[in-house]
This record gives sequence, C-alpha cells and structure tokens, in this order.
Amino acid sequence: MAEKVTVEDVERVAELARLKLAPDEVPRMSNDLNAILAYISELNELDTARVAPLEQVSELADFSSELRPDVLVPSLERAEVMREAPESDGSFFKVPKVIER
Amino acid sequence: MASVTKSAEILAEKPKELAALRAEITESRRKASELASEYYRRIERKNPQLNAFLSLTRERALAQAARIDALTARGDPLPLLAGIPFAIKDVLVMRGAASTAGSKILQGYRPPYDATVVTRLESAGAILLGKTNCDEFAMGSSNENSAYGPVRNPWDTERVPGGSSGGSAAAVAANLAVAALGTDTGGSIRQPASFCGVVGVMPTYGRVSRYGLIAFASSLDRIGPFAGNVRDAATVLSVIAGHDPCDATSLRAPVEDYAAASDQPAEGLRIGVPGEYFAEGLDDEVRAAVERGIAALRAAGCTVKPVHLPHTRYAVPTYYLIATAEASANLARFDGVRYGYRSPRSETLSAMYSHSRDEGFGAEVKRRILLGTYALSAGYYEAYYRKAQQVRRILADEFLRAFAQVDAIVTPTSPVPAFKLGEKTDDPLSMYLADIYTVTASLAGICGVSVPCGTTRAGLPVGMQVLATHLGESTAFRVARAVEAAGI
Repeated sequence: MAEKVTVEDVERVAELARLKLAPDEVPRMSNDLNAILAYISELNELDTARVAPLEQVSELADFSSELRPDVLVPSLERAEVMREAPESDGSFFKVPKVIER
Repeated sequence: MASVTKSAEILAEKPKELAALRAEITESRRKASELASEYYRRIERKNPQLNAFLSLTRERALAQAARIDALTARGDPLPLLAGIPFAIKDVLVMRGAASTAGSKILQGYRPPYDATVVTRLESAGAILLGKTNCDEFAMGSSNENSAYGPVRNPWDTERVPGGSSGGSAAAVAANLAVAALGTDTGGSIRQPASFCGVVGVMPTYGRVSRYGLIAFASSLDRIGPFAGNVRDAATVLSVIAGHDPCDATSLRAPVEDYAAASDQPAEGLRIGVPGEYFAEGLDDEVRAAVERGIAALRAAGCTVKPVHLPHTRYAVPTYYLIATAEASANLARFDGVRYGYRSPRSETLSAMYSHSRDEGFGAEVKRRILLGTYALSAGYYEAYYRKAQQVRRILADEFLRAFAQVDAIVTPTSPVPAFKLGEKTDDPLSMYLADIYTVTASLAGICGVSVPCGTTRAGLPVGMQVLATHLGESTAFRVARAVEAAGI
C-alpha cells in the first residue's frame, strides 16, 4: 500500500478500464491518484487481521430478502431496446470488426 | 474590499406544503393541470439561472394532471400525492424521457422502462415535471461535475447547491417542484439538502428499490426524497419504499406510515452526540447552529448524551475505495454497443470501446474508474478493496454499538455551508473531504435525514443530520420534526 503510482501504472490501468487517456491526462491522473492513495494509506494504521470483510450491509440486521422464483416473465420490447443502439440491424447490435483482439 | 455579492442573487422561495396543495386539489379549488402549468412557468423563469432541470417531461406531466382532474370531476377519491409536482434526478430512468445521468455518454438516451420509484410516484398521483441536473453518474459533492454545467444555489447563485443531487435540492428550494427524488451514495441527498435549506432523506439500504437507478456503487446507492418540510418528506418515503421483485436487495419489512410517525413527539428519545463530528475542520457558525438544534431537542424532552465513534476518520478513505471499485465495474456497461455515445473513431472494436469511453466520460468519472480499477487489479485487491471492506465492518459495528445506547445520533450534515463555485474543483481530495460527516452512515447502511437548522450570518442554510439505525426511519423523522418545530 502507498506505493507510488507511475505513469506506466496509469497507462496499464487505463488499458484495463478501456479508457484511452489523452497524453496530457496521464501525468495529471497519476498525481491525483498518488494524492488520494496517500490519504487512503491511513487505513494501514488499523489492524484488521481478525475482521471479516463486510460485503453487503443486509447481513447486519437480519433483513436479508429471499430470491424470487426463477420463472419467465415478459421482458423489454426488442424494438424499443434496439432503437437506442448506436448501430443495429433491428435484431442484433452491430459493432466494428474485431481485429487484433 | 470587493463586493462578494455583486452578481449573487437569491432565488429561494418558501416551498409549498404537500397537504395544503392536495387539499386545494381534492376540494376542487385548484386543478392539477393549472398547478402543473404554474410550476412550468416558474421553471421557465428561474431555470436559466439555476440550471436545476436538464429536461422537462411536460407531455407526460400534463397527461397525468388531466387524469387527476378527471378523477376530481367524477368525485372519485384521490391518491396520496394527487397533483403534487415532483422533480426527478436524472440518474433515475423514465420511459421515453431523456436520462443522461449528467453524462455526455448518455446524451440522447431514451430508456425503454420506468424506474420503480417513478411508477410508484405516478401511481400515487404525482406529477413528474422533469429531470434534474446532477454530478456525472452522481460522482461529486458540488454538482460541478455535470457535463451540462453546474447548478446554482438558490440562496446565493455564486455558490454550489451541493451534490450530487444538486438539481433536485435546488428545485425544491426555489419552489420549482414541491418535492423531488435524489440519490445518496456518500451524502448526495443529505449534503445538498443542507446547502439548499430543505429536508433530504437517505433511507436504510434496501428500503427503496433501486430498479431503474443508473448505478454508481451498488452496495451504497439509495434513492430518497427532498421536500420543504419533514412531514412531506416522510409522506413521499412511505410511497416509494417497499419490496420490489426487480431489486433483489430490496427489503420485505413492512413500510411504516412515516408521516404519522413524524407526528409523534420526540419526548423521551435518547439522542447521541458524537464528539468526532464536532472536531477540527467544523465551521464555527455551523457548529453554533447545530448546538442550537441540540438544545432544542433537550427542550423537547430528549435525553442528550455523548457517544463515541472513534473510527470515523477512516470512513472517507474506506468509502472512496469501495465506491470507486464498484463504480469501475458498474460503468463498464458504457461501451458504445447497446446505448449511449459511440465515438466516430471506431475502426476496431477495441478502439470503439476506449474512444467512446474517453470522449463520453468527464474527468472525475475517469479518475474514479481508474482508482477503482487500480484497487481491484491483481496484487492490490487485498491491500485496498478487501481492507476497505474490513474497515467497513468496524465502522458499521461502531454505529450499531452506539444505537444500543441511543435512539438517534445527531451531527452537522456538512462541516461547512455552501461553498463558492470553483472553490474546490482543482483539488479532488478536498472535494472528497466535503463528505466527511455523511459517508460513514452510507457505509453502515443506516438511515439519515438532513433537516434545516438555522442559517449563517450571510444567510446560508445549515443542516443537521439525524441518523437512526437500520429501518429506524420513523425515529429519525420524529427527531427531525422536533428540530424543525423549534424554528431555529
């Protein structure tokens, strides 16, 4: 924790997040992330070795809800959904051809 | 000395009371359609300065108003919110109506369905006037992260309304709507309510269905009301709360009559005051106002005693790890394939993803996606995300221990009153610290109300935050009512 985030780290993470950052954005983001992570490193002061992670607050008050039955119900209208797509043939979403990956 | 108020203007207006308006409509003294038109005229007049509304849903609103007027004409009983004009934060979807979430990436998007809260409000007779401005994907504390320009605070147009639900708070404060819906992930209802001098409610996690909310951080997101007074906010919550098969985290616990609960005197309630929320960094005038609010609770017959929440200072870093990690996953859906913006620079699939996202998202959203992706990436997950979840439990347990001794906890909602536009935009960390009093309750999943509690000498509203345990909304409303009744 509290390792320096380098420009290369930012580029790697941006790649993972599918963000194409402008060249001048990269050093700025690395500065911001370092400032934020330095602040976040205060959490290291706490010994949490024996603390179970809290993933959902619903476990705290015993008000978890049961799952609904797995039955088919009417869904959204295809025409209404496909109308929002940047490119579609009415049945499928269209995307540029996949090269490289 | 330069005049600080040279172009500042007061556009605030005493919000209307729901019960009084409803009585006018049920007794046929006023038509719902006339009331809606009156609100649209006021929006036309004030919105150019405030930028609280991003889009109006006039056709749908007037059709709903006509339905209410037809009911009245037939002498049929009217539902609870009949004819009441509402504003809806733009992260909540309405079928066929623009829903941008304050982001360029959703410009022009017309969702094919209604959020559950939208359906419930309309079933109760509410008139939904339009969609309100907010920080992009609800990420911000000042409304300055909206791709469609900032909202101005109706009490001083040179200042921010708070965020991220700034448009909804400003709309109620300027009487551009009688009530509004916002969302609260780390303080996004409570903080703008306090900056704009209105009541704002963060319900217990799961109390209100999130179906149709454009997600930011799914383990934290809540939907809740803004109103001009506590009773009206309680009334709206009773309409939107309850189990929904479309949201697996929504709770089955019965919905209480929160308005009736808020009518109960606060006498005999035990009120905790955590010293950690009155420490360094708290503005003197905010402190004085909240202390007057605490004195009012004592005068109303409450027992006031100190409680200790020693880990409070770890809440902001914990929050920003969990919220950004969840956001990085939730915002992966914006890829230029199914809806929203697609970059013209889309020669390959991979280029389409990254250019669409880079051109579609604003700087703060990118910063949070990067932080969240970093915290979840190989080699860092244990140190960051898992650590934050562990501290989250410490913080939640601390609240639950306190609630074994007291019925409610009161604090300032924000350490400062509304700040100036541009004051914090260059320093993301200082903006994050604006949430210092609100994020802990978000992490713990408990409920909270921000209630107006006086003003500063410059006339800026101060809010008191009233926190209660899981499903303790009725208690929070009772306490907030007592503060409101004191007329501080």
